[in-house]
Parts: sequence; C-alpha cells; structure tokens
Amino acid sequence: MKKVFGHNANVPVKGSIRVVAGRRGAALPYINNLFKVSIDFFELLDEIAIGVAVLSMDRKIVAMNQTLNALIGFNQKEVFGIACAHILRSDVCLQNCPALSLNEKSSPKCIEGNLINMDRQLIPIRITSTALKDIDGNMVGFVETVEDISLIRKLDETTRHAYKFNNIIGRSPEMEKIFQILPSLAQSDSSVLITGETGTGKDMVAETIHHSSNRAKGPFVKINCGALPETLLESELFGHRKGSFTGAIENKPGRFQQAHNGTLYLTEIGDLPLSLQVKLLTFLDDKEVFPLGSVKGFIADVRIIAATHRNLEQRVNDNRFRKDLLYRLNVIRLHLPPLRDRQGDIQLLIDHFLNTLSTQLGKKKLSLSRKALKILLNYHYPGNVRELRNIVEYAVNICGDQQIKPKHLPSYLLEADQIDVVDIAQERPSSYVLKSEGIGFTGTKTHQDWPDIEKRMIMEALIKAGGRKNRTAASLGWARSTLWRKMKKYAIC
Amino acid sequence: MMSKKILIPLHENDVAPRFDLATEVLIVTGIGKAGSGDKRMVVLPRASADQLCHLAITEGVQTVICSGIEDDYYQYLTWKRIEVIDSVIGSSEAALERFVEGTLKPGEIL
Repeated sequence: MKKVFGHNANVPVKGSIRVVAGRRGAALPYINNLFKVSIDFFELLDEIAIGVAVLSMDRKIVAMNQTLNALIGFNQKEVFGIACAHILRSDVCLQNCPALSLNEKSSPKCIEGNLINMDRQLIPIRITSTALKDIDGNMVGFVETVEDISLIRKLDETTRHAYKFNNIIGRSPEMEKIFQILPSLAQSDSSVLITGETGTGKDMVAETIHHSSNRAKGPFVKINCGALPETLLESELFGHRKGSFTGAIENKPGRFQQAHNGTLYLTEIGDLPLSLQVKLLTFLDDKEVFPLGSVKGFIADVRIIAATHRNLEQRVNDNRFRKDLLYRLNVIRLHLPPLRDRQGDIQLLIDHFLNTLSTQLGKKKLSLSRKALKILLNYHYPGNVRELRNIVEYAVNICGDQQIKPKHLPSYLLEADQIDVVDIAQERPSSYVLKSEGIGFTGTKTHQDWPDIEKRMIMEALIKAGGRKNRTAASLGWARSTLWRKMKKYAIC
Repeated sequence: MMSKKILIPLHENDVAPRFDLATEVLIVTGIGKAGSGDKRMVVLPRASADQLCHLAITEGVQTVICSGIEDDYYQYLTWKRIEVIDSVIGSSEAALERFVEGTLKPGEIL
C-alpha cells in the first residue's frame, strides 16, 4: 500500500498552518507566520494530550500524534496514507463514521464508541470529528480527536453502584439509612422483621440480607404465610411423618428443615394463623421443630426473616397476632419507606428500569419526554416500586419510537386525580398548579395530549366562573388576551 | 508451516478492521505455494465474535488472519489450537500471498 504524505508547498499566510518543504525530508509540515520562526506541525500535534488524527478527504491518515499512537499502538510512521478505519479499529468508523456526514457548514460531530488496540484491549472512546477547510472555506479533510473515556466509564460505574446495595436502588436519605444498616444487620443472626407497603421491596431486602450474611452458601427458603390454608401451612412449615394424616403417604421435611443452615423467609407473617403462631414461637425459643405426627424433634439452625405489609401492633390489639411472637420477631425491625416518600428515587428508578427493560426486551435505548417524566414524577405510586416497574415495562413495550410520550403510559396515570402538576416549563409559559387552583379534571375520558388537557382545563374553568372570561383567565393565571387566543384556538367561543 | 484451512474476516476486499464486527468471511482451503486454493465466502446474519469463533472451530480452520481482535477471543482461538495472525492491515489477497510465502506476521501493514 502506498504511503502518502500528500503535502504540497503552499504560500504561507499569517497565523495559518501551511505545509512547506521541511527539514526532515522532502515534505514535512510546518506552521509559518504564527511566530517569528517556523514550527514543526508534527511536534505541535505531539504536545496535545488527547489523540489527534488529520485525515484526507478519502479518510486516510495524513497526520497522527503520539497520544493517539500510544492509545492504538501502531507505529506512528507506518500509518500514513492508510484508511482511518483500519488504524483506529473503532466501531464508530465502521458503523457510523462521523466524517461521512460532515460538510463545510457542519459543526463538529461527537460520537462515543470503542476501539481495539494492538494489545487486543477494547477501549471505550469518544471521537470528535471536524471538517478541515482551506482559506476559501473548501473542505480539504478532517480532524479527529480521540479520547480514552475508560476512566469516565469506570467512574460512572462507581457512581451508579453508590446508589445500590445488591439489587436495591435508591439515593434518598431514607434508603441511605437502610443501606448503612444492612451490612451489619446481615452479619448478625438475629430475627428480622421487615415492614412496609406492598411493592416496597421487602422480598428483595430479605434476599439481600441472606446473600450478604454468613449463611449465603446455605438455602434461602421462602414461604407465604397467607397463601395456604392452616392445615396445609402447618405441614409445609414443619413437615409431617408418614401416616400422620390421610394422604401422608411418606415423610415430608418442612421448610424449617429445608432451610437448615440457611434463612427461612416468612412473608405475610401478619396472616399466619394463631395456632401456627404458637408453634413458631416455640421454634424461636427452642430452635427445634416437631413435624406433624412426630415425637422426635429436629434442631434446625435457621435464621428467621419475617415480612408483612400489615400493621402488626394493630393486629395485636385486635387479638389476631400474638404479642409475644411480635416481640420475638421484632428483634431487628426494618421499615421500608413507600416510594412517594423517597425523594429523588423515582427518577433514579425510572432510569434504571428504562435501561434494564430496554435491554431485556431487545429495544433501543429509550428516553422519556418531559411531559411523560412529569406525569411519572407526580404520580403517588400506591403499588410503590413494583408499580413503577410495571409502568415502565408497559411503556417500553408499547413505545415504538425512541422517546416515551404520555400516550405510551398506562391511561390511569393521566386521569384527573393523579395529575397534580401540569408544568411544562418553557413549552408552556402559562403553567400553573392544577390542584392548588382547585381545578380538577372530572371527565371520564382519558386524555393524552396537551391540547386536549388544556382545552378541558379552559372548559372547566369557564364553567366554574359561570362563563365570565375575566374570572376564568384569572383562575387559570393567564391574561384575558391569552384566554381569548386559546379559546379561539380550541374553538370554544 | 503451511496451514490447510484459513479464515479471514472481510471488510470489502480487505482484512476486516474488527473481528467482532465482520459480517463476511473468506475461508480458503488447500492453499499451496501456487496460491490457488478453494475460496469460499460466508455471509453471517449478524456481526458476532462468538459466532465467528464457532464458525472457525466447526469449519476446522487452522489459521485466522484478522486485524483487531479482543484478547478473550484471541486466547480462546489459541486455546482451541487455532493460529491467530492479528493486526494485519491490507487486502485479503495480499495477506494470503504473504501467508503462502510464510512471511506474514502479526501487526503487518501490507
């Protein structure tokens, strides 16, 4: 392959780079008229701390600095005249070359990707491509800067993990407190009672405690105390001996035995029947279980983690839960806050679910429109994190574009009492808080577009003001002219 | 030192700059001193280094001539006793020619 330097001697112009016959050989580039003496262009390039390559119009290497050479590993002298894609070996060059879309009027294009260097390492990079023009403004080539962003990526990873404990994500003060106590809590062997609304992540916390504890190599056995009838539950929990009741055709180990040397997670403990509460109490005292129909006990080395969304104190008062069992389980109590109380976590969780679910469902990386984000941030999430995840999963499935818009969200989110704030910032200069103005949507139809919502808002305000436009405009926070213009727009006159 | 079966990931007529991004491969069988061998082009449904490694193994390839290849795949192929001549820049024809001559080395710019 011919190695081309491609430089011709040109008339020097003050302050510009010109290639003239140089001291190194027949055609080496110098910068003239910038200083009193000529400057070696290659030496100048080598002083730049990020990788720089100068390319010809057919995207062949014309010049390359030492920083880029150090990054990719090719011999600096051998690369001249070779197509950039073969030297950089970047996915950007092969799939989305920024130089291809550049012209005289283009602004620089910046794309992130990766390259494989001579040491066979995959390095994340950021390529910025700019058109190189002559003094008449005609494009003569390209300048590409190549930055190694592996440190930034690592930092991103660390930052992401700072808001994470195993699979639990959050950066709100409430979650930070939980993250702080979880490691020490995992190391102890005491019983744990996890409380919190449905969908707050009780199961996840229980699993995390198990996997972070010394019992991690042992089994993690989960049983839902509210899912089975009393007799079956007793057999499930404590096991039975062959012949102990009709249908007991063989010995069956209970969950306590299965969880030996591990953790037994009793979810919905508030729904555990009273008779079994006594048996559980006995186990917590003696660490021994007696299978149904057996006189011989089994010493089980099991850590108990219980969880419920019910108010156990209330159930104790109602005589539906034993006070002594509550005290025994309540050695360490962990209350998981509802999502609406976790300041800043909704956005974090939306981003997390959007990333993971897009990947899982084989979709391109999706983003949220400002309107959709506003709706999600203002929803009160009675189903907490589980509900948020389901909403994002629904939107990712429904969305055929690259951006999730309100129309891609479940319709119930857009219903009247869910929308607290309609504030679309610059797009909607006449923004205001709906609820504080006492204006709510009362219709049953689901509206997904701003014009529809705005039209209905005006109608409702007009009705409330008895058709008086001055009052309507005031209640909407608009000038009378704005109201008139919008009424005309929506043909409400 | 002549291998019998060679695989070259292609980008147009050149050795593909990236092993993992190549969607076409040239498989050359029974290449001799004269340079004539049975050449076969395989088009892959999508670019995948795993799939290329699998292809090299199932085809019984003894030498892979490529440009940029991640170390994991390089080590894997080497472990599978496939010779990998990487960081080769140039046309596939020139690479084959140099290979037949026995002068093709990793990092060669042809």
